[in-house]
Amino acid sequence: MLAYTAKRLLTLIPTLLAASILVFLFVHLIPGDPAAILLGDTATPEEVAQLSSEMGFDHPLYIQYFIWLSNVLKGDLGTSIFFGEPVLSVIGSGAETSILLASMTMIWIILIGLPIGILSATKHGTWIDQMTSSGAMLAASIPTFWLGLYLIMIFSVTLGWFPSSGFPSLSDHGGITNLRYLLLPSLTLAAPNTALIIRLVRASMLDVSREDHVRTARAKGLHPTRVAIKHIFRNALIAVAAAFGFTFAALISEAVVTETVFSLPGIGRLVVQSILRRDYPVIQGVILVIVVLYMVINLAVDLAYARLDPRVSLK
Amino acid sequence: MNAMNFLQAAFAGRRLATLGFLWLVMIAVAAIAAPLIAPFDPLEIDPVGRLAKPGWPNLFGTDHFGRDTFSRAVYGARMTVIIGTGSVVVALLAGGLIGMVSAYFTKLGHFLMRGVDVLMAFPALLMALVLITLLERSVFNTILVIGIVYATTTARILFGMTLKLKGEVFVDAAVCSGVGNLSILFRHILPNLVSPLLVQASFIFAFAQLQAAALDFLGLGLPPEVPSWGNMLSEERIYVTRAPWLLIYPGILIVLSVFSMNLVGDALRDSIDPRFKDDISGV
Repeated sequence: MLAYTAKRLLTLIPTLLAASILVFLFVHLIPGDPAAILLGDTATPEEVAQLSSEMGFDHPLYIQYFIWLSNVLKGDLGTSIFFGEPVLSVIGSGAETSILLASMTMIWIILIGLPIGILSATKHGTWIDQMTSSGAMLAASIPTFWLGLYLIMIFSVTLGWFPSSGFPSLSDHGGITNLRYLLLPSLTLAAPNTALIIRLVRASMLDVSREDHVRTARAKGLHPTRVAIKHIFRNALIAVAAAFGFTFAALISEAVVTETVFSLPGIGRLVVQSILRRDYPVIQGVILVIVVLYMVINLAVDLAYARLDPRVSLK
Repeated sequence: MNAMNFLQAAFAGRRLATLGFLWLVMIAVAAIAAPLIAPFDPLEIDPVGRLAKPGWPNLFGTDHFGRDTFSRAVYGARMTVIIGTGSVVVALLAGGLIGMVSAYFTKLGHFLMRGVDVLMAFPALLMALVLITLLERSVFNTILVIGIVYATTTARILFGMTLKLKGEVFVDAAVCSGVGNLSILFRHILPNLVSPLLVQASFIFAFAQLQAAALDFLGLGLPPEVPSWGNMLSEERIYVTRAPWLLIYPGILIVLSVFSMNLVGDALRDSIDPRFKDDISGV
């Protein structure tokens, strides 16, 4: 396990470096002077010249990269053109919404996805299985923004049960009850991902149910429900738990569309608005943060997976 | 097994998948014959007849410019086919080539697949957004961006499958009889990958529709005047309370098409070579 952890950590570093080079090059792929791009249209020639020398834009590209990387490691991701604030604090202000939204979505995925997936697998081949499998596929075929718009139509505009947009911080007036702002968005975001989990739970349970230990359990005369839960589901859970990790990592960026529909002040909407505002330092910063987060979560999932299933690290 | 038998086997006893296939045939017909089917010009503006309810002669009503929604939906089928097919071609050509070559020429492959790993560190939608920032909004660029995003997964899948085939006896036999590397790769290995490629293509087609619609919605996909189902939803969303039908039709068209493509992909996957079954995961 220790050797496996070390190996995985060592392979993470070159991938992280390569990804950081791509993120760095992003600003240079936009036609024009990078200093002028980072400062926006309102910058004076003097300001452009000053940033140019600070960031070393007159030096060769690889030196510029090291200057940028050392700034990033110090926590300096540049300054937002639109907000005039450090990029890191702009991203930080969207973090609460994004993390809460992703967490609430995960709760729906687990609460809805697991039982339906188990039901589908235990009733394998029956009409219940066909209904849930097709239903899951249908749910995964719905564009999230369309679903979101109709949830707003029904539950906010017509019934008036939930707010249709925005999200005041939990530290603002209302406290924990502000989570009601995230109910519809989290359900919207959960729909396609729950569908994936249902299909995954079903597939991994069917895989495990073909193994010898399950046949033994059945031959001993154990109750089918006990076999399904203790012998099949517990083993299938290893793959499912890994999928939860990957899903959580992906939710942060998948939330782009949902956050836009519900006007939530999260990181996803920040990316879209920054693209429309041509706020390149923020775009670059968000990409870097999301990619690093995505890679670290994926590594953590892999390590947890190896811990749950020792066969993985022996391969 | 020839193509016709393969399709027959895949759809036998699967009523829902067969319906899905028929729906896709209808979309294809609508795409090809759009000018013949659409009763009006999809771009023609009629300020007097704006936001008309569904009825006659505007079957699906009109939008806020007074454009005929049914005609735009018919032309939208054309964009669906163009975006889907284009993304599939880009993803399979770029990803397929990288995956196959990497599996066959291991030294080069080690390098190439590390590159694919790095690209896969970027979540799909984020990567599409980054690429679109660098490019202008156009049909071609939307196809390119979605194609590149799915090229990475395709490369990884094809890498695994080519690696499996490379260890088979028929490849050893070809090597022994002096067949060249490229010939082994494209004339001996590739024909065995046709059916899994078809399955992968159907899933990419489905995903591409959702991604394209999401990009349209964010205002970062096709140019706004192009009649695509995603653009129709994006442009008319503020009229959701006054003219709900404007969002119902394009939305249902997208759902039905993506669902059909997923059903077809699922049916095809269940009937391909069992060696490759676990390699491709769709929805």
